[in-house]
Amino acid sequence: MLKIKNLHASVEGKEILKGVNLEINPGEVHAIMGPNGAGKSTLSSVLTGRERFEVTAGEIEFNGKNLLELPAEDRAREGIFMSFQYPVEIPGVSTVNFLKTAVNEIRKYHGLPSYPAADFLKMIREKMDLVGIDNKLLNRSLNEGFSGGEKKKNEIFQMAVLEPRLAILDETDSGLDIDALRIVANGVNKLKKPGNSTIVITHYQRLLDYIVPDVVHVLYDGRIVKTAGKELVGELEAKGYDWIKEEVAECK
Amino acid sequence: MSVLEKINTDFATLFREGYSQLEQGCGAVMNGCRKEAFEKFVQLGGIPQKQEDYLYTDLLPVFNKDYRVVLKYIPQEVDMNETFRCAVTDLVTTPVLTVNGWWFDGNMVSEIPEEVVICSMREACIKYPDLLYKHYNRYAPAARKDGLVALNTAFAQDGIFVYVPDEVVLERPVQVINLLRANADLMGFQRNLVVVGKNARATVLVCDHTLSDHHFLMNNTTEVSLAQGAYLDYYQVQNQHLGASQVNSLFVSQQRKAVFDGNMVTLYGGLIRNNMYVALHEEGGECNLYGMYILDKNQVVDNFSYIDHIAPHCVSHEHFKGVMDDHSLANFSGYIRVRPDAQKTEAYQANNNLLLSEQARVNSKPQLMIDADDVKCSHGASVGQMDEEAMFYLRSRGIGPEEARMMLMFGFAHDIIRHVRLEPLRRKIDDLIDKRLRGELSKCYHCMMQCKKQE
Repeated sequence: MLKIKNLHASVEGKEILKGVNLEINPGEVHAIMGPNGAGKSTLSSVLTGRERFEVTAGEIEFNGKNLLELPAEDRAREGIFMSFQYPVEIPGVSTVNFLKTAVNEIRKYHGLPSYPAADFLKMIREKMDLVGIDNKLLNRSLNEGFSGGEKKKNEIFQMAVLEPRLAILDETDSGLDIDALRIVANGVNKLKKPGNSTIVITHYQRLLDYIVPDVVHVLYDGRIVKTAGKELVGELEAKGYDWIKEEVAECK
Repeated sequence: MSVLEKINTDFATLFREGYSQLEQGCGAVMNGCRKEAFEKFVQLGGIPQKQEDYLYTDLLPVFNKDYRVVLKYIPQEVDMNETFRCAVTDLVTTPVLTVNGWWFDGNMVSEIPEEVVICSMREACIKYPDLLYKHYNRYAPAARKDGLVALNTAFAQDGIFVYVPDEVVLERPVQVINLLRANADLMGFQRNLVVVGKNARATVLVCDHTLSDHHFLMNNTTEVSLAQGAYLDYYQVQNQHLGASQVNSLFVSQQRKAVFDGNMVTLYGGLIRNNMYVALHEEGGECNLYGMYILDKNQVVDNFSYIDHIAPHCVSHEHFKGVMDDHSLANFSGYIRVRPDAQKTEAYQANNNLLLSEQARVNSKPQLMIDADDVKCSHGASVGQMDEEAMFYLRSRGIGPEEARMMLMFGFAHDIIRHVRLEPLRRKIDDLIDKRLRGELSKCYHCMMQCKKQE
């Protein structure tokens, strides 16, 4: 599904990603962990097409397409979704209108007619039930005045509506208390479909207690320095990142 | 002779030569104010030029045109009710039309409570001299330094009069539809008076339109008196073509616990100057004034407000927002005056602007003069471009950049429009703003000429 080869990226002239290699197959859940400043958020930004980040070398292929050639909106239309670490507040735009526009823009891209209004609302209600979101949220301005937990829940709700093929959860656990974390994680699990893949970017183990990864990567200093199964999560939680840093230093 | 001198001389000649015609058919109250008002206009130097309150708006280009001024009512050869149809069809109102500032003779005011009066100013002046004497030109002099308001008092012959007696609730909004229609460039004056009695309630919706593509210059003044506990919900939607300019002055006088809600929506027009004076004379008064302006091409919109906190325990909220494209120019000047006795005043003001082009300009000027020490006042102004983070957020959900821009601009505007309490009107204005931002003609109303004339 996703193939990243030797990806180098920089921001404002500073190289952050220094040769990332990663391959994700349909249906897999990958966790990307690593210390602060390792490049985790840069990787998600590059994947979703944030223009501030410059790709200086490497390739990204998504379902056979060269992702780096596509603008941000087309990547979303191809099925990439990122749950933002800091969802943006957009006053004056209601959540329901925003979703309707997004769904129809994506449908247009695939040559489909607009979603019939009644069906759309029905679908929205089903997804709200699934994620456990309040009806009142629909007519409120997008994320405006939402608490941290509500914002993250709203991200998962959007994910439920847009049904991406690859979901990237960028530090979705940050700023959430344990109850909110559980709700968000349950939402993600309920939405999981066999052919769809997920990247969970996180610092800590706790989100991965709920969303169990197939593969765990450690990103450090712009490279993936370790890849293993889910048992690596526990090891990192117990020992921290220092031993990995030491391993990397020894290799040099 | 300079251009300014020539314009001022022309007004003097017009006033002298047209005086007997000005007086015809008008009652003593209106006529009794003319001479003094014209003297004041002369004293103030005539058309404001380089004066502090008009610093960023050059009026000369719009005044320096050969306009016809018609000092008597000319019956329309067509039924304006047929020519013009309001497109806000699910809004039930009591419509009254004016043509070039005059009460349209085909107006039929029906289904209003018996004691309520909705008629022409000329008629009111003769039928209700006591009311007129009590209220006419009692509030407009608040614009002490504005020659254009004095000019209106000198020349105005007609307009709309609305009277809602004590304790009466006027359920249906009064919709004043100002139409401009001529066969030559035209200058006009319109004077309105709205009197809302004790604990009475009313809604007034003013729509400004053009029905022919000539140049127009309207000088309109509206005085509003709100007695103790009175409530007025006031809307004005300005949607004219680029050759239609207006100086639009609104004066609101509030007694104890009176509430005024005002919304000014400027969609299209040539040079538009809005003067909004609110005087909170007694305790417990509340004023909520909102404004939205959308400009492109060479449009100029200038919003000037003066909120006068005279008595203690009054609250005012003021928020104006604008979107400027091309070479347009927007000015905002918000004066808040808190007088020495007005303790416990709460006065808030904000002005936010979105610039879409390199050439668009905005001048935003808060002016607070606070002479009381126990008050809460705040003001804020911002000028910015499209929020890149928000753009990326929308795009990352599959929304293309053009649509994302539209959504953000619409959201920016809706922040003001959400204050519109009439639901069908709010939907319609939202719809108009959406069309306006998309560059589609704001042809919501059945007006063939909308925006046809290019400057």
